[in-house]
Amino acid sequence: MLVIKNLHVEVDGEPILRGLNLEVGTGEVHAIMGPNGSGKSTLSYILSGKEDYDITQGTVTYKGENLFDMSIDERAAAGIFLAFQYPIEIPGVAAMTFLKTALNAQRKMRGEEELSTPAFMKLIKEKTKALNIRPEMLRRSINVGFSGGEKKRFEILQMALLEPSLCILDETDSGLDIDALQVVAEGVNRLRSPERSMIVITHYQRLLNHIIPDKVHVLSHGRIVRSGGKELALELEENGYAEYEKPEVNAA
Amino acid sequence: MVAVKETVDQVKEIEVDQYKYGFVTDIEMDMAPKGLNEEIIGFISARKNEPEWMLEWRLDAYRRWLTMTEPNWAKVGYPPIDFQDLYYYAAPKSGKQGPKSLDEVDPELLRTYEKLGIPLNEQAVLAGVEGAKIAVDAIFDSVSVVTTFKEELARAGVIFCPLSEALQDHPELVRKYLGTVVPISDNYYSALNTAVFSEGSFVYIPPGVRCPMELSTYFRINEAQTGQFERTLIIADKGSYVSYLEGCTAPMRDENQLHAAVVELIALEDAEIKYSTVQNWYPGDAEGKGGIYNFVTKRGDCRGRNSKISWTQVETGSAITWKYPSCILRGDNSSGEFYSIAISNGMQQIDSGTKMIHLGKNTTSRIISKGISAGKSSNAYRGLVSAHRKASGARNFTQCDSLLIGDQCSAHTIPYIEAKNSSAVFEHEATTSKISDDQLFYCLQRGIGEEEAVALIVNGFCKEVLQQLPMEFAVEAQKLVGISLEGSVG
Repeated sequence: MLVIKNLHVEVDGEPILRGLNLEVGTGEVHAIMGPNGSGKSTLSYILSGKEDYDITQGTVTYKGENLFDMSIDERAAAGIFLAFQYPIEIPGVAAMTFLKTALNAQRKMRGEEELSTPAFMKLIKEKTKALNIRPEMLRRSINVGFSGGEKKRFEILQMALLEPSLCILDETDSGLDIDALQVVAEGVNRLRSPERSMIVITHYQRLLNHIIPDKVHVLSHGRIVRSGGKELALELEENGYAEYEKPEVNAA
Repeated sequence: MVAVKETVDQVKEIEVDQYKYGFVTDIEMDMAPKGLNEEIIGFISARKNEPEWMLEWRLDAYRRWLTMTEPNWAKVGYPPIDFQDLYYYAAPKSGKQGPKSLDEVDPELLRTYEKLGIPLNEQAVLAGVEGAKIAVDAIFDSVSVVTTFKEELARAGVIFCPLSEALQDHPELVRKYLGTVVPISDNYYSALNTAVFSEGSFVYIPPGVRCPMELSTYFRINEAQTGQFERTLIIADKGSYVSYLEGCTAPMRDENQLHAAVVELIALEDAEIKYSTVQNWYPGDAEGKGGIYNFVTKRGDCRGRNSKISWTQVETGSAITWKYPSCILRGDNSSGEFYSIAISNGMQQIDSGTKMIHLGKNTTSRIISKGISAGKSSNAYRGLVSAHRKASGARNFTQCDSLLIGDQCSAHTIPYIEAKNSSAVFEHEATTSKISDDQLFYCLQRGIGEEEAVALIVNGFCKEVLQQLPMEFAVEAQKLVGISLEGSVG
């Protein structure tokens, strides 16, 4: 699904990613963990296509295509979804309107038929029920006045609706209490499938108790310095990131 | 920031063709000689077959105008207007004067309105379109071409016809009210208008009548180098209600054209007038060449107690817009409302706003103004809220929000608040924002294209005002908002 080779990225002349390598197979769930400043969010922005970043070296192949040839909305229609860490507010735009516009925009780009309003409403009813989202919430402006948990659940609802191939979850657990975390994790787990890959970016191990990864990677100073199975997450929980921050580890 | 250069490049590419109403109708016209003097005014008055007092009123205004100086306090700049270099009367030659049926109208004219999407064929309106019927008075340059649904309206006692016709059929009514809200010497452009106005709509709703359908006038400037000076007078007698829509477009030309209109609204006791405008005059090309100068005086007089006047406008066109639809809250408990979306792009300039003058007791006013600037345009909101010494219990709420798109445009807010009564409560809120890159990125990441995202966000920004428009207009206005911002993203 996704192959990242020797990716170097700078922001305003500052190197953030320094030769990152990563391969995510179809149907796999990979966790990326690391301390603040390691480049986790940068990775998610690069994959989704945000501007302001300079790609100085390396390649990213998505479903066999060069990802950097695709614009932000093209990537979305091709199945890349980013669940934001801090979802932004858009006053005056009803959540429901937004969802329909997004879904139909993607369908149009893929040459599929757009959904009529009744068909769309039916779909929404189905998806919101599973996530415990009250329909009234969707009449509100996007994220305006939403609690932290509501914001994250709205991100997962969008994911459920748009049915992406590659989900990038950027610190989805930040700002969530235990109950909210469980609802979100359940929502994510329901979306796991052999056709869908996920990159779960997180600081803390606890999310990975609920969303069990196939592989865990440690991101430090802009590179993946260690990879392993789910036990690696527990190890990090025990010992922290200090070992990976040492200069020798990052020299190569 | 790379985006800035891209914005500018995109703005420069705003194809002149994007203004799809820019075509010209090729038709034989009957015109006054160029220039302005007492003879020309006599010519206009004679063409209209006006009563003697009307001609005198015009001449009085003209003489007054000659003594006045053009105001220049607005935040707009333009080269001096040569008032002698304009035609003050242009009418399609075909057909006779006076009321016409559709089959007496020049087919070329009908084609024009069809292209513009204005429903003139009553049968088509009744048969095809869902939603309410709309009576239309179609005005082409200096004359009204046709007015629809007049019989049905007459059955309800409603008078809706061109002003020139009202001067023939209901002169006493016109004389009683014309010029009582905007007097001759009110300002330079209203004085000019009073002297040379050629056409406009006249509406009279009798007591207790709720006008059975929306009334609409559609103004189309066609002939080159003509000034358009229309005059509209709407009277809602006691306990009546009317909703009126005004639409306007013009062809694309290299020279600027002057549009100096005057609109007077009078609401008597317990009456309500709802006046909506969707203005899409040609805004000039991306370099700022050509375009309409829209210098308009619009004022509503809430004469009776409990009367209500509301102005709703979506202004997307014109090279320069200079207008302040206002309400004089004379009657006790009267209320005035002003809802506005003013969009400027390219090189447009807007200095617009409202005046709410609280005179009676317990009067209320509400102002919601949304200004959107893009390209290299300048957009100023200028508002006056005043309470007279005796206006006890006056209340006002004002919200003016500005949205900036790109780095080359500007937005200004110039509020004047004068409270001469200590019980007056005036609230004023203002925000200025940019469409944030983060908001755009969020939309893009969900697969929504850039222009659709801007339209989505801007429509959200304008929602409160769009909700005030009659349904038929609201849909058109939303699309217009999207179109007028094409190519503006930065």
